[in-house]
Amino acid sequence: MSKSSKSERMVDQIWNFFASVKLSVVILLSIAATSIVGTVVPQNENPGLYLNNYGEFLFSVFNALGVFDLYHSGWFRFLMCLLIINLVVCSINRLNATWRIIFPKTPQFQAGRFKNAGSRQEWTMDAPTDRLKNVYESYISGHFSVHRTDATENGFIVYAEKGRWTRLGVYAVHASVILMVIGGLIGSIWGFEGFANIPEGESAGKITLTNQDSEKDLGFLIRCNKFSIALYDSGMPKEYRSSLTILKKDQEMVTQDILVNTPLKVEGVSIFQSSYGKIPGKSFTVKFIENDSEIEYVKKASMGEEIPLPGNSGILVVEDFKASFSFRGVTLENIFLCRLSDASGETENIILPVDFPRFDKMRGGKFIISISDVEYKYYTGLQVSRDPGVPVVYAGFLLMILGCYVTFFMFHQQFCVELSRQGGQTRVTVSGISGKNKPGMLVKTRRFARRLKKTTERPE
Amino acid sequence: MSAKILSYVTFIYGFAFILYLSAWIFKKPLANRLGTGATALAVLGTLTGILFRWVESHQMGIGHAPLSNLYESLVFLSLCIAVISLFVEFKYKLSIIGVVASPLPFLAMAYASLPKVSSEIQPLIPALQSNWLIAHVMTCFVGYAAFAVAFGISILFFLKSSGGDKSSAAMSLVPDLDTLDELTHQMVMFGFLFLSIGIITGSVWANQAWGRYWGWDPKETWSLITWLVYATLLHARMMRGWMGKKIAVLSVIGFLAVIFTYFGVNLLPGLHSYQ
Repeated sequence: MSKSSKSERMVDQIWNFFASVKLSVVILLSIAATSIVGTVVPQNENPGLYLNNYGEFLFSVFNALGVFDLYHSGWFRFLMCLLIINLVVCSINRLNATWRIIFPKTPQFQAGRFKNAGSRQEWTMDAPTDRLKNVYESYISGHFSVHRTDATENGFIVYAEKGRWTRLGVYAVHASVILMVIGGLIGSIWGFEGFANIPEGESAGKITLTNQDSEKDLGFLIRCNKFSIALYDSGMPKEYRSSLTILKKDQEMVTQDILVNTPLKVEGVSIFQSSYGKIPGKSFTVKFIENDSEIEYVKKASMGEEIPLPGNSGILVVEDFKASFSFRGVTLENIFLCRLSDASGETENIILPVDFPRFDKMRGGKFIISISDVEYKYYTGLQVSRDPGVPVVYAGFLLMILGCYVTFFMFHQQFCVELSRQGGQTRVTVSGISGKNKPGMLVKTRRFARRLKKTTERPE
Repeated sequence: MSAKILSYVTFIYGFAFILYLSAWIFKKPLANRLGTGATALAVLGTLTGILFRWVESHQMGIGHAPLSNLYESLVFLSLCIAVISLFVEFKYKLSIIGVVASPLPFLAMAYASLPKVSSEIQPLIPALQSNWLIAHVMTCFVGYAAFAVAFGISILFFLKSSGGDKSSAAMSLVPDLDTLDELTHQMVMFGFLFLSIGIITGSVWANQAWGRYWGWDPKETWSLITWLVYATLLHARMMRGWMGKKIAVLSVIGFLAVIFTYFGVNLLPGLHSYQ
């Protein structure tokens, strides 16, 4: 055997492997099965939580298999790739075989194919065959683009068909899946998705990309003018609203309010209302109360500033604010996280809840420290994304719906009307066939026969 | 008012089931016609209840289509199942369908009446304030309902194929296996189209509200799993010529996936969990 034919055979084998519907079924079910895993194991959580939930061994196994980010793992993408190859090869293979059936130069009608049609309708008309032929022909030519009349020994056969093109529906469905995947790819290559938390009155020009640690420069600034929440009487949230202004080179380009279902679009970038939170204003009051004497020392301070303790007995730095914080199993609101160093330089982390000024007494230090006069303001949590693949995906959506409709509910219908002379009368036989949907074809044939009968009731 | 109507409707659905069942067991065609009548009445009742609820929500100043929580979705689902089963009954002259299809709206309504399912009219949270809500929920539930009826027909298939000879008297009313198989196929195709539109409208909505058309949220993923199971069924049947029992088994598996998509997902964290 020559080398080239050997490699040709290899190609053939690979082609046939991918052309199998068995493979499609296996891939579809594999994608379904693995997707289940992704819904049971929470995705993209922080590793500590997984380690807690699953223990060291399972954690390392899951981690190696990419279970924690399953839908972006290499092997899930591999399954998707297999599906697409399988789909393309199957479609090409079938189209190759059926193209000539779907688009023949001259449609073939064979009386034999109608012989065993289960949809056969028969009746006898009290009319000459030739006249009946003319009546039926004129009806059929008005309703079918493709038809032909053959003469037989004792009469005529009129063939008619429509909906040949509907055989393409299934390829539309397959093409739609490919469009969606291409759209997804375009989005993942040229698009981005990130978020930005912007306090009222401030602006941001960079976003943090989702599932990555990097930031992205937007090329414009988003300023949050105001964030507001409206509640129903029951206390349920009614509306989250951010007033945003887009600035480019200090020029105000757009000012618009966004809501959860009403994003702002600017330069192909969409900005969505995603979350919100509360942060303290720049400055606040720190109080030190000496434990023994109850003497109060009051200082104005701000975040990150080194605040000397009275009598230079240490330094307090307010490092962070949490709107809610879990402390020994209790959720506390409005917490400042601070670092306290004593005179010898030893440091400890302490928390100061704004709503409980005596909280720090528990620590048993020289001073009871508390923070007050905090002016809160909102920040708006924005989802910022750009996805140039969306139009392609949407085209896929439309094609999917159209394709499914055509594939499931329309079909190629072929009818055969046989007229044979019986004395002065005419025996009419109508049968219809279709590649699929036999019960549907029976209904169609009955309707077709009824309409044919009606044509002769009308005076010419 | 609407709550009262809908609680009566629950009983009518149950009553319809009893009528269909006795018509089948005692072979009384009259009971069958009464069952059909009761189902039609229940359909009218459900529609009225839904309309009243819609009006009531507007009177409360929080007007929205009653398709926003578990209770409202169950009511709409039972309506869809009942309408589709009536359609099958008339179109295919298949009165027996009531025996397997009518318990489903009854169960859905009975579940909706449980105290843990809040029947209060609630205002829409910001995420649901969109016109896509109606299109998305309606198409999804029409799809679910078609799959539910397909499931019922598959159960009939198993009944017929296992006990066909022994209790032939009762089974004589059940159409032949080929017809059941074809009907399952028809229902699955119908459901598949609507599930596809449901997923697509949800996807477009998600893109408008959250800036992504697909996010592997558990509900999204489970709807895809359901879609894949039925896609498998359709391919197996159209391309591999699977018929009968295998298709009925796939139809049952598909319906289990539907149930999990609908209820089970609430056990998993995500955007779609009903509160």
